[in-house]
Amino acid sequence: MTFINYASREINCKIVYYGPGLCGKTTNIQWIYEQANPEKRGKLVSLATETDRTLFFDFLPLDMGTIKGFKVRFHLYTVPGQVFYDASRKLILRGCDGIIFVADSQRARMEANIESIANLATNLRENGFDIRTIPYVLQFNKRDMPSAASLPDLERLLRFRNEPMVEAVANQGVGVIDTLKAAARQILMELQRA
Amino acid sequence: MSKLDLMLFEEEYKLLQEIIGRLSKDASAKVVFLVDKNGQQIAAAGDVKSIDATSLASLTAGNVAATDGLAKLIGEKEFSLLFHEGEKDNLHISIVGKRGILVVIFDQNSSLALVRLRVKKASRELQEIFDQVELRAQKELDPGSRFESPFSEITDEDIDRLFGD
Repeated sequence: MTFINYASREINCKIVYYGPGLCGKTTNIQWIYEQANPEKRGKLVSLATETDRTLFFDFLPLDMGTIKGFKVRFHLYTVPGQVFYDASRKLILRGCDGIIFVADSQRARMEANIESIANLATNLRENGFDIRTIPYVLQFNKRDMPSAASLPDLERLLRFRNEPMVEAVANQGVGVIDTLKAAARQILMELQRA
Repeated sequence: MSKLDLMLFEEEYKLLQEIIGRLSKDASAKVVFLVDKNGQQIAAAGDVKSIDATSLASLTAGNVAATDGLAKLIGEKEFSLLFHEGEKDNLHISIVGKRGILVVIFDQNSSLALVRLRVKKASRELQEIFDQVELRAQKELDPGSRFESPFSEITDEDIDRLFGD
């Protein structure tokens, strides 16, 4: 749900990074945090376990600049990827404007990717959204891993709606901004279709 | 635009701001925030600069969402009030209608009883404004509406510029 404040001339959009455990959701937003101009970024809030696994969510507010005289602010969230945190994942999708699905390119994680997309579809539906129509980007992360599956294989297994695909190595920043940009484009174009 | 989008215009914003400004004074609070259930800050009053408002809004919404989940687990509709007591400062969180959360931060200059009393009154007033916002939003969805979104002409270049390209 985009929040448009005509009084302060601000648009706030909520983007959620989704995907299986250890696929690199937190790494994506950590990289954005480290690269962003300190004046443009807010505090990175991480609700994590002692072993640095996401417990509830990570949150990063980003000021993007202006569009049509309105300040655009993105609120980036990650969900906890581990299977048993499903109740928390569902809550974080509440009121989201767009989804970035971070897939783990490693062959051994393909089943986890597929399960996570199915889980996303269910949780979106329970929040009143449709995975086939909500702004959605598919990121293939960990492209540098020796056991990474080929791009055609990944596409065949994980792509389902002609969504933009981005290859990434999130811990080196490769593809991170392109992914965010692809999501931003869809979300802002959605405003245009009003 | 999805029918769930929250659009706030100048006059509504002013009214909301007025109500929470008054609440902040009447309840002798340090700060009062009005945030949306999705974690976006709507308005604030009091010593706002002392707190990272964006993180507060997001964490409050997370907290309320988690508590909502707990309520449903035990068969309750919602817990409409959360209270956190600290050594110096206390946090009073309450739900306003379907989409608002009112956060009051107060210290020994106030009391839970006073805050509760004032929050109750302010919540009713805020609820009325939210109802108006909703009513107007529904009217604008009407195909005959004359409301024109300023975003009807966003271009690819606009978006590229946001990313500094």
